[in-house]
Amino acid sequence: MSQTSHYYNAQDLARFGQIGEFQPTLAEKFFAYYGEVFQDGALTAKEKALIALAVAHAVQCPYCIDAYTTESYSKGWSEAQMMEAVHVAAAIRGGASLVHGVQMMNRVKDIAM
Amino acid sequence: MKSLQAQHHVLADPRHQLEVLDELTSGHIPSFHDKLKQTGQWPLLADRVEILQINVGKMCNQTCKHCHVDAGPDRREIMSLETMQSCVDVVKKFRIPTVDITGGAPEMNPHFRWLVETLSPMGVHLMVRCNLTIILANKKYHDLPEFYRKHRMEVIASLPFYTSDRTDRQRGTGIFAQSIEALKMLNEVGYGHPDTGLQLHLVYNPAGAFLPPPQEQLRQEYQQVLWEQYGIRFNQLYVITNMPISRYLDYLLQTGNFERYMEQLVQAFNPLAVKGLMCRNTISVDWQGYLYDCDFNQMLGIPVIPEASRHISRFDIQTLEHRQIAVRPHCYGCTAGAGSSCGGQIV
Ligand code: SF4
Ligand code: SF4
Repeated sequence: MSQTSHYYNAQDLARFGQIGEFQPTLAEKFFAYYGEVFQDGALTAKEKALIALAVAHAVQCPYCIDAYTTESYSKGWSEAQMMEAVHVAAAIRGGASLVHGVQMMNRVKDIAM
Repeated sequence: MKSLQAQHHVLADPRHQLEVLDELTSGHIPSFHDKLKQTGQWPLLADRVEILQINVGKMCNQTCKHCHVDAGPDRREIMSLETMQSCVDVVKKFRIPTVDITGGAPEMNPHFRWLVETLSPMGVHLMVRCNLTIILANKKYHDLPEFYRKHRMEVIASLPFYTSDRTDRQRGTGIFAQSIEALKMLNEVGYGHPDTGLQLHLVYNPAGAFLPPPQEQLRQEYQQVLWEQYGIRFNQLYVITNMPISRYLDYLLQTGNFERYMEQLVQAFNPLAVKGLMCRNTISVDWQGYLYDCDFNQMLGIPVIPEASRHISRFDIQTLEHRQIAVRPHCYGCTAGAGSSCGGQIV
C-alpha cells in the first residue's frame, strides 16, 4: 500500500491504464475513444500532439504535460514551436479572463450612478 | 568527445553494460524472454540466413553520443584481410544473397574496397552503412559515391534529423552541413534518382531519450524539407530506435533517463514485431570473425548460442539457420512500437 503524501507522482503517469480497475466498462470506452482521437484524421497525429500539449498547459495537468512534451518532441516539433503552443494556451487563458472584464464593466455600469 | 574505451569508462566493458541491464529486469521490469513466453513466441528461432552483416571495425571519423559501437577516431580495431577472406568464402559457399557492411565508418578499413570489389562480381547485393561525413573527411574518400555507384551498392546513410540542431547535438557540430554536402554528391552520381535504381536510404534515430515517430509521416517531412531546402532526393527513410547500449546507455544513465526509457520500451512492446526481427534472417560478424545474432549482441559480447559455430571459420549454415537467438533486455528496443531493425520499422 502506497504511503505517499504527494498529490502528483511522476510514476503514476504509467499507471493511467489502471483506472479501469475501479470501473472497467467506462475506462475501456474512454481509452478506445482516446486512442481514436489521437489517430491521423482530418488533422495529423503530429498536429494533435501539439494541440494536446497546449491544452495540457491550459488545464495544468502535469501528467499530460509530461506525456505530450515527449510526444510532441519525438514527433519532430522543435523547442520554439512547443513554447509557442504554450503561449497560445496562455494567451487564450489570459484573454478568457480579460474578456470577462466586459461583464464586470457592464455590471459596474448597471450599479454605478 | 572520446570513446568510452579511451575514457577508461566502466561501460566500455560490455559485461558491465549487461549487469546494468539485467539488474533492471531482476526488479520490476519483466525479462525479455518472459515477455516472449507471455505472447507464445519463446524460444525465438532464426529461420534463414539471408544477410551477412560484416562489422569491419570500430574506427570512425565521428563520435556520436548515441553510438552503440563506441566507435571513434581513437578506436583501432579493424578487420584483417584474412578475416574478410573467410567472410567472402562463406558468402560464396553458402550463396548468401546480401552482405551489409557496417562499422564504425566501414570505409576507414583499408581493405573495405577489396571486400566490395571481391563480392561485387559474385552478384552479391551489397549494402553499406555510411555516416556521410566520411565522404568529405579526406580527399581519398571523395570518390566514394562513384565507387558505390560502380558496384551498385545500396547506401544506407545516417541523417538523424532534417534540421541541423538535432543532428549536430547528437553527432557533433557541423555534421548536418557536411551530411547535406555528401548527400548532394551521392545524388550527383545518380543515387536516390528514380530512373537509376541506385538506392539511397536515410536513417533517422531519436536525438534523446524518446521513441521514434511513425516512419511514413517522418519520411514525408524529410522528403519535403530536404527537397525544398537543399534539392536532395532519397528513396526510403528508416526510423531506428536507440538501443540502451554503450554510449547511449551512458547518456541514459548520466541524464537519469535510463529506467524511464526502459519502461517506455517495455510498455511499447509489440508482439507483432517479433516475427520481423532482423536477427531471424541475419548473422553478424565482428572484426575478429566471431558470430552474433545482430550488431547489438555483438557489442554486448553475447555470442550465437551454437558453440560450434561461433567463428566465421566454423560457419555451419545448418546449425545457424535454425539457431535459438540469444535475447537480453536490450531486445526491447527492437520490439517497441512498430518495431525497429537495420531496415527501419518492422510492422
Ligand atoms: S554512430 Fe556511426 S557515425 Fe556515429 S560514431 Fe558510431 S559508427 Fe561512427
Ligand atoms: S537486439 Fe534485436 S536483433 Fe538483436 S537479438 Fe535482440 S531482438 Fe534480435
